[in-house]
Amino acid sequence: MIRNVEVMVIGGGPAGLCAARAASEAGAHVLLLERDDVPGGQLVKQTHKFFGSERQYAGDRGIFIGQMLVKEVTEDPRIEVMTDATVLGMYEDGVVTVLKDNQHLKFRPKKTIVCTGAAEKFLTFPNNDLPGIYGAGAVQTLMNVGGVKPADRVVMVGAGNIGLIVSYQMLQAGVDVACVVEAAPNIGGFLVHAAKLRRAGVPIRTGWTVKEAYGNGKLEGVILCQLDEKWQQIPGTEVDCPCDTLCLAVGLTPLSELCWQAGCHMEFIRELSGHVPITDENLMTSVEGLYAAGDVSGIEEASSAMVEGRLAGYAVAVSLGYDVERAQKEVEAARAELVELRSGPMGGKIRAGLVKVAEKRGEAGC
Amino acid sequence: MADKVIICRCEDITREMILQCIEDGYQTIDEIKRVTRAGMGPCQGRTCRLLIAQELSRAYHVPMEEVLMSTFRPPTKPISMGALADAWLENHEGEEAVSGQAVAPKPEEGGAAE
Repeated sequence: MIRNVEVMVIGGGPAGLCAARAASEAGAHVLLLERDDVPGGQLVKQTHKFFGSERQYAGDRGIFIGQMLVKEVTEDPRIEVMTDATVLGMYEDGVVTVLKDNQHLKFRPKKTIVCTGAAEKFLTFPNNDLPGIYGAGAVQTLMNVGGVKPADRVVMVGAGNIGLIVSYQMLQAGVDVACVVEAAPNIGGFLVHAAKLRRAGVPIRTGWTVKEAYGNGKLEGVILCQLDEKWQQIPGTEVDCPCDTLCLAVGLTPLSELCWQAGCHMEFIRELSGHVPITDENLMTSVEGLYAAGDVSGIEEASSAMVEGRLAGYAVAVSLGYDVERAQKEVEAARAELVELRSGPMGGKIRAGLVKVAEKRGEAGC
Repeated sequence: MADKVIICRCEDITREMILQCIEDGYQTIDEIKRVTRAGMGPCQGRTCRLLIAQELSRAYHVPMEEVLMSTFRPPTKPISMGALADAWLENHEGEEAVSGQAVAPKPEEGGAAE
């Protein structure tokens, strides 16, 4: 049996929740699929306050924004939320297969919004599979969702926002943060997060990397070393740093495998951190009726993911003929918000990436 | 124990093995996947795919933008044969069994399909 669905939203993170809410608010019926047992995505573990403006809930903590969005979406009679449901495949004929409670389900959505987010990048160095080496996401889940102290003494790799924020949260959890190492010559994240760490006495070593990890059966320490301008390790700069945990926050990459499967025109865009579907101004991919919003179409902050979700949700509503005039105004308002969010110096990278997306639109037929 | 640099965590494939493949003349992620199983584990290449692409980019002096990606096929994660069999049965309910084609008994009825 193939079940017909008006709007399918894949992923219940910030983009997916906002996409579902927008499409439904305009009048469409939505099926929201979430592979975890609760919706909310990364918001469920984000205990820090958000930036941006009021419309993106600035000043609120991620976890509360998530709870508010989840409440609205689950109470919405036009939205069905299906948890523990993983999309397995997207086929050329428009059928989407889903694994739910060990059952292989089939759907045929009229419109689909892919909001699958991102995956963490990994680093290659000797002994990088020792127990005690984690991605920052796992450490944050252990602490902020599971209530587990993840380490006694940690070395953090990466001084982007995730590395800085998770390091600070580990300090709050009573973990000794030995240092933050960052391969780039500068701190990538917001300086307000870096300043909190520095005030607590945590060194941030820019231009450094992990040369190797060591330990007998589990991590016992790492050898750090300095990098030159060409990112090559400088012999003789090695420092031994004992620790029981190494946390990798070396960036995210779009989790765009469903877009590949569906046959979307994909491009590797460095500034967007990986392979992304080329989308038009409504966030529709080169496949008719298939949209992509949030980190899957380029790594950014959760604030922009929420606005992109809203944009795609209203754009889908317009394409289905729901409340067209007002929904179109919402689409345009979301576009303007995105321009504003990306306008500062921190938005330079994403702006450069989006210029490349726009250049590829002709080729992609968007 | 020698120090290992793991590229594919699911299938325990080292950087050394990937570099050996490149030295042997393999040029794409899919080829390397077929000879080593890198990317064929539970995560279906989410971690190693880009790392292998980086090795190919470096070895063949092509920018990452031009490294040929692997083919993406369903399913995105491992599923049980039982789930597939149940789905098949549901689709073929009431059909005659074709000679040579396996028709599993319906679990709830315990007998062979009609």
